[in-house]
Amino acid sequence: MRIGVVTFPGSLDDSSALRAIRLAGGEAVPLFHASDDLKEVQAVVLPGGFSYGDYLRCGAISRFAPIMESIIVAAEHGFPVLGICNGFQILTESHLLPGALIRNQDLHFICTDQPVTVENTNTPWTRGYTQGQRIVIPIKNGEGSYQASAETLAELEGEGRVVLRYADKNPNGSQNNIAGITNARGNVVGVMPHPEQAIESLTGPSEDGLIFFSSILQSLVAR
Amino acid sequence: MATIIVEVMLKPEILDPQGQAVASALPRLGFNFAKSVRQGKRFEIVVDGEPTHTQLAEVEAAAEKLLSNPVIETYVVKVEK
Repeated sequence: MRIGVVTFPGSLDDSSALRAIRLAGGEAVPLFHASDDLKEVQAVVLPGGFSYGDYLRCGAISRFAPIMESIIVAAEHGFPVLGICNGFQILTESHLLPGALIRNQDLHFICTDQPVTVENTNTPWTRGYTQGQRIVIPIKNGEGSYQASAETLAELEGEGRVVLRYADKNPNGSQNNIAGITNARGNVVGVMPHPEQAIESLTGPSEDGLIFFSSILQSLVAR
Repeated sequence: MATIIVEVMLKPEILDPQGQAVASALPRLGFNFAKSVRQGKRFEIVVDGEPTHTQLAEVEAAAEKLLSNPVIETYVVKVEK
C-alpha cells in the first residue's frame, strides 16, 4: 500500500508523517510540490508546517503548486486525502473542504496535548476508531480557529461531517468546537491536531494517532 | 505608471482577533477614540501606463482567486494615479 506525503517549501511534519505510515505498515512515498506526479500512490497526506512561510494566508500559495492540481482532480474522483494542520489549511484554500482557518482567538500559538472526540468513523482515515472515542493528540498552530457560514455549519452537522471535535475546552475559538471535517463524499479529511505526533509513547502523549494511518491501510485493502 | 490597489478585509461576521488586540492596545496608550478596530490587507500593484479594462478584469480575477479568500474575506479594487 503506497501512501504519499507531499513536501512543500516550509513543510515541517513531512518526515513524521512518512514515519507514521511506515510504522502502521504502509509504504511511505515522498512527493514533491513542484511535480504533478503522484507516483502511483493510493492515498496522500498533506503534512503540517508553514508552507511558503504562511505568506498571504496559510495554505493560499501551496494550493497552486503543481502537485495540488493533480491531488484536486484525484480527490474529486474519490482519492483519499488527509490534511493535517497546514495540510487542512491547504484543503480549505483548495475548496476541497468548506470553511476557513483563521488566527486563534487569543492570538497565541498553541502547542499542547489536546483531548478530542472522534465523531465520524466512516472515513477511510478514521474507520479504526470507535464512534465517540476520546483520544489525545497534540495541536500546534497559530491559525487553527475553524470558521464557516451558518449554512455550511448546519450542513456539516446535519450530514455528520465533523470528524474530530475538541473535548473539554475549545482551545482557539473554532466554531462548534470543530477540530476536523470531511467532504460530502468522505474521502477528503482535514484535521488541526497532529495524529502523526501521537504514534509512540516515547515521543507522544499517546499512540492514538497511529489509527489514522492503520485505518487508511485497512481501507485500501478492503477496496 | 499607475497603481492598482486591492484592499482585502475579513467579512464583518468573521471574528478578527488581530483587530480586537489593536483595539484593546489603543486605550493603554491613551488613545480613546476607537469603538472597534478591524485589520485588513492592502496590495499595491504597479502597471505601465493607464490600467486597461483587461488588466483591471485580470486584477479582479486575481483578487477573487488568490489575493482574497471569498469564504472569509471581501475585496475592493481601486486605481491610484
